Amino acid sequence: MAYSDKVLDHYENPRNVGALDKNDPNVGTGMVGAPACGDVMKLQIKVNEQGVIEDAKFKTYGCGSAIASSSLLTEWVRGKTLEEATSIKNTEIAAELALPPVKIHCSVLAEDAIKAAIADYQAKAAARKNKPANAA
Amino acid sequence: MKQPIYLDYSATTPVDPRVAEKMWRYLTPDGDFGNPASRSHVFGWRAEEAVEEARANVAALIGADPKEIVWTSGATEADNLALKGVAHFYGKKGRHLVTCKTEHKAVLDTCRQLEREGFEVTYLDPEPSGLVDLAKLEAAMRPDTTLVSLMHVNNEIGVIQDIAAVGAMVRARGALFHSDAAQSAGKAPIDVNRMNVDLLSLSAHKIYGPKGIGALYVRRKPRVRLEAQMHGGGHERGMRSGTLPTHQCVGMGEAFRVARAEMAAENERLRALRDRLYHGLRDMPEVYVNGDLEQRVAGNLNVSFNFVEGESLIMALRDIAVSSGSACTSASLEPSYVLRALGRNDELAHSSIRFTIGRFTTPQEIDYTVRLVREKVAKLRAMSPLWEMYQEGVDLSKVQWAGH
Repeated sequence: MAYSDKVLDHYENPRNVGALDKNDPNVGTGMVGAPACGDVMKLQIKVNEQGVIEDAKFKTYGCGSAIASSSLLTEWVRGKTLEEATSIKNTEIAAELALPPVKIHCSVLAEDAIKAAIADYQAKAAARKNKPANAA
Repeated sequence: MKQPIYLDYSATTPVDPRVAEKMWRYLTPDGDFGNPASRSHVFGWRAEEAVEEARANVAALIGADPKEIVWTSGATEADNLALKGVAHFYGKKGRHLVTCKTEHKAVLDTCRQLEREGFEVTYLDPEPSGLVDLAKLEAAMRPDTTLVSLMHVNNEIGVIQDIAAVGAMVRARGALFHSDAAQSAGKAPIDVNRMNVDLLSLSAHKIYGPKGIGALYVRRKPRVRLEAQMHGGGHERGMRSGTLPTHQCVGMGEAFRVARAEMAAENERLRALRDRLYHGLRDMPEVYVNGDLEQRVAGNLNVSFNFVEGESLIMALRDIAVSSGSACTSASLEPSYVLRALGRNDELAHSSIRFTIGRFTTPQEIDYTVRLVREKVAKLRAMSPLWEMYQEGVDLSKVQWAGH
């Protein structure tokens, strides 16, 4: 099966591979997919006080299209507000990478991953707010 | 060293130059291009002579009489003819067949068709080794079982079934025994009489002959009857009509002649190369051989690199031509049904690579492959969340995955 040049580029030179400290209150972690389906994506974002994503890292188990989708997504979300990042659609990822129909699920997984990471960050932030401030 | 390196000899092989050299002489105006069925002139006689010499060479490799060889378009047609032909002919005697879940699709899909026609088929589970347990096979036999079909060598994992033991048991129970030998002819010794095989499917292109030709061995003593699937001029004693492709038959015959002469020496060479590959990879963590390593043809190594997805590994290994048990390229996202039948978990089934080594493989190619695989597996693991979790001591089987 032939891959597009963009998929090959992201696959050969993946951007932002790695991990952030998942216990850091400013880090949101999203893990989606399942080994049984042949792909698992872990996407992490680090959010600053202005609500802007200042760093993003990924690790992906899956085919070349899955790796490229997550790599591209980390590039796109950096510097975006959480609101902007939430609005990224899988169709935009699929179009940018020229994914064939059988690989569309890879872009869906990437969209799920950023949404899961944002939800995780927001849950952490909400938990912090509800905690009594004078804990010390 | 020429690249990409071909390590997919179980998919197909190049035609041996000695075979190609013989074939072209049966095509052109200067050659023996006649119809082997033409009885009225020398063009036909010469073509027939060539076809019969080829038939004898095919028969010799499996210990058969040339009269027991029926030419087909390949092993798929041979499987179809054997299963449908026997099931239909003996349909009044019984309507039950037994096979295994790891058979080639040419057998499995033909069985599905027979089920649609009202036959009953039992699909046995193989052992974790990939081989069928004889006692379980015997337990599946019924008084109305007419045919047992078990492959000699599995196409994905290369394991060799003890078909002599199967043949003896099936014969004693009064059923017929068919074996798909597409992956074993020329690689493992075959003697249809010693092994009590009644029908045997053969292919040319797996053993350095041309694509588009195969054969079905059909026992004459005691006589096995078949209902023809292809009707026409009554060629091949009525079992398979159609003008014989002389050059294809000649190619298969020559390929089988060479295989018979060179099999012992070639197997030794292939085994050394296979072991060189295996020893180059075995010390990596979380690498698993799929299927029994001892009861296996010399040229096959099927391994799973845990926590790396097969299709992405194949993409990383673009300099070598291998195949993956992971069928992520299809819309189904199903991993290899063969590996699943062995009881491999999903991660391992998705992580498998089949290396098959052949006549033109060199030690240099194996060494290059070892270096490349080690490098790319390490790279992909560094970006695998599953590898990260494994390193942290997480039990992946206990994780609640959000499937999609």
